[in-house]
Amino acid sequence: MKKVNYLVISAGIAVGIAALVLTALGNPANMGFCIACFERDIAGAVGLHSAAKVQYLRPEIIGLVLGAFLMSVATKEFRAKAGSAPATRFVLGAFVMIGALVFLGCPLRMVIRLGGGDLNAVVGLVGFVAGIAIGVVFLKKGFTLQRAYAVSTVEGSVLPVVMTGLLILGLAAPALFHASTEGPGSKHAPALIALVIALVVGALAQKARLCMVGGIRDLMLFRDASLLYGFVAIFATVLVGNLILGNFHLGFAAQPIAHSSELWNLLGMVLVGWGSVLLGGCPLRQLILAGEGNGDSAVTVFGMILGAASAHNFGLAGNPDSLNEAKELVVGGIGTAGKIAVILGVVVLLAISLINSRQEVEAK
Amino acid sequence: MIDARGYVCPMPVILVQKEVKAHAPQTMEVMVDNSCSVENVTRFGSSQGYQVSVKPQGQDFLLTLSK
Repeated sequence: MKKVNYLVISAGIAVGIAALVLTALGNPANMGFCIACFERDIAGAVGLHSAAKVQYLRPEIIGLVLGAFLMSVATKEFRAKAGSAPATRFVLGAFVMIGALVFLGCPLRMVIRLGGGDLNAVVGLVGFVAGIAIGVVFLKKGFTLQRAYAVSTVEGSVLPVVMTGLLILGLAAPALFHASTEGPGSKHAPALIALVIALVVGALAQKARLCMVGGIRDLMLFRDASLLYGFVAIFATVLVGNLILGNFHLGFAAQPIAHSSELWNLLGMVLVGWGSVLLGGCPLRQLILAGEGNGDSAVTVFGMILGAASAHNFGLAGNPDSLNEAKELVVGGIGTAGKIAVILGVVVLLAISLINSRQEVEAK
Repeated sequence: MIDARGYVCPMPVILVQKEVKAHAPQTMEVMVDNSCSVENVTRFGSSQGYQVSVKPQGQDFLLTLSK
């Protein structure tokens, strides 16, 4: 397993460059590519929540799914499958999203934030690794959501079709969708450029099996670092790019769309790491799997969108640090409802982990 | 034979790892249904000193691991 996986490294570099370019073209700082943030923006765009600052039909999500779909069809890897505990996955998807929005970013944005010098993301990474470790303990105890089965091509194509529909509606009748006039939702790269970049990234991520949780998980389970190279490549690319562009700002306080309420940064990412291991992949990977015909991952994505809507409807999401009129730092973080949601998430994940783990008595 | 069809990563590799730990077989066959699992099982098998051959069978893949 010492062979270096150049495809994963190339995909990681491509994602890093895509994040830098999209940020330069208008996406929010340290948010060139964030699955959690962008699904939240889509949830807002279709009116599932009414947080006015985070509503926009992000072409990046559409492009990722369709890029993976086209690549998997072209390479005959498209397989319509479903039936591996879809309802449980829906719930897991929702709590992974709530955890991500408490931290203010999916694992991909965590890496991008690290590359921008945001040290809160180091705390997030510690939580993420801890969450993965908990998930791995249950995998070793026999955790499984059971197998999926072959289903009709139509069933396996639901998310690509939904994304195509959103794309057509977004182009033909943009007024249908809410669009922020201020805040992160109002900051975006030109839609067509974002779409094309995401199509390329989606195709590469499908081919390279890129996954933010997979690298650390496989290292723990099998001492296999191959997927980890993608994680490192994204970080290195974003770091170098930010240093060149003068966008690297090392510190904790007042980082772009981030808060320095560290306990909750940590616990939010514990939920994300743990839940992603149970799901078999990070939020990015769920989009890619759904693109290549996995109906269970499509259900997971719908769960994540519901989680995003809930995070804003019930005030669970993190509030970024800000400066008041006297230019004093106002530390952001989450409210009581958010704290309760994170603890509830831990309880739910523990219950799902225990219920689906078979105690194996096999002798070593 | 380990039937890992319907499972996505990392389950097929976990199933193979368990078999290796439990019985350290000289040969074993693993059936998977996606290319990602073919790559992962092959990589894991090689790291454990197995030669791995892959035979497509319809929509599935039969992997033979042998020492």
